[in-house]
Amino acid sequence: MREQHPDVDAEYCVPVASVNDIVTARLQGRVLAERLGFSAGEATLVATAISELARNIVQYAGNGDIVLRSTTNGTRRGIVVVARDRGPGISDLKLAVRSGYSTSGGLGLGLPGVRRIVDDFQIVSNREDGTTVTVTKWRF
Amino acid sequence: MLQSALVEKVGKFRSRGVIVDVTALDVLDSFASRTLRDIAHIIRLRGAETVIVGVQPEVAFAMVQLGITLEKVSTALDLEEGLAYLDQKLQHARATP
Repeated sequence: MREQHPDVDAEYCVPVASVNDIVTARLQGRVLAERLGFSAGEATLVATAISELARNIVQYAGNGDIVLRSTTNGTRRGIVVVARDRGPGISDLKLAVRSGYSTSGGLGLGLPGVRRIVDDFQIVSNREDGTTVTVTKWRF
Repeated sequence: MLQSALVEKVGKFRSRGVIVDVTALDVLDSFASRTLRDIAHIIRLRGAETVIVGVQPEVAFAMVQLGITLEKVSTALDLEEGLAYLDQKLQHARATP
């Protein structure tokens, strides 16, 4: 049952292609966050960020991966979430991270919301390689 | 689809109130929140009231951080409070012609 009790230094890749995979990805993220000593509230923020990113993969790209790993900065521990897909890419990144903007009739809170709840947010997107969002959340 | 099944049942049972219990949900992301909001609005158009109950403390915290408010959607602490809220609301509706 390695998946239920992830080694904190390992890297976990969750393939995301369906709604069920979104749940799997966020549960894996929550387990890793808790193993790293995140509080229940912080672990929920991590799980929420993963949920948003995984939802974007399913909705806009069809499939992709959520990669989870731990990181350290001196004595601080954190979790890195990479959401990557080979979808069509985002044509206007500035708009995509603006609150209230959505091309799908959504709330437009996904990416800007994720950016607010994590400590570091990087996004790379183009037509050739798809979209990769890398976020880091440090333990308080 | 949860939405259409619910909307159909509101007509079938001539429901005046609907309670959606989200106690079991570990995360309410923007998609789930939009779904809840849409359900509440559709059910209101069908003449019934919706109450969302059981939003967990950490989930509520994360929702606000994410920018989700679920404004214009009624909420209550748990099933019991949700039922009390509906009771009050429906009695009030009967009392004022």
